[in-house]
Amino acid sequence: MTTHFGVMVVFALFVSVVFATLMRDDPADQLRLGIRLFGGLVGGGVLAGWLLYPLPF
Amino acid sequence: MSAETADRVRSTRDTYLICAVAWALPGAGHLWLRRRQKGLVFLVTLPLMFLFGLWLEGRLFPFELTQPLVALAAFADIGLGVPYFLAKAMGAGAGRVIAQTFEYGNAFLIVSGLLNMLVVLDAFDVAQGRK
Repeated sequence: MTTHFGVMVVFALFVSVVFATLMRDDPADQLRLGIRLFGGLVGGGVLAGWLLYPLPF
Repeated sequence: MSAETADRVRSTRDTYLICAVAWALPGAGHLWLRRRQKGLVFLVTLPLMFLFGLWLEGRLFPFELTQPLVALAAFADIGLGVPYFLAKAMGAGAGRVIAQTFEYGNAFLIVSGLLNMLVVLDAFDVAQGRK
């Protein structure tokens, strides 16, 4: 749970739940947006990690 | 969700009271406006995120105007309302700088407060009949 990746996943989960609930009224729409946000946040984090991996600092 | 019942426009005094309640207890503004599903999600998620930040040994920053970034972090922390003051009163949120999760904890604490500010703005819009 307290690994870098684990904490990022939990953070993405909280943020996507709150944003999806805020931005959509229908529960089905909220679920769809929540999944997209969660995937985008975790996927973006992993992608940014790989892009930064070759940097020497 | 009975959103329709909350759609009537509230008086200015009621609107600001709803905003104050929404700030003090995450989700309470939406519950007042009969947006039960949203209110319950905020009531559970935001304090849980805050608690997670404390568990990760994040710091509740003090208002130090000489250090603008610290003051901004403190402003964000206080966005969560009562849970912030409860944590302060209980002596939680001292933060342990050498902890591996210190910065993550700070991110959870700060973002939970900022998200609650967005929730307050949403409650304001609902109370004004805009949503």
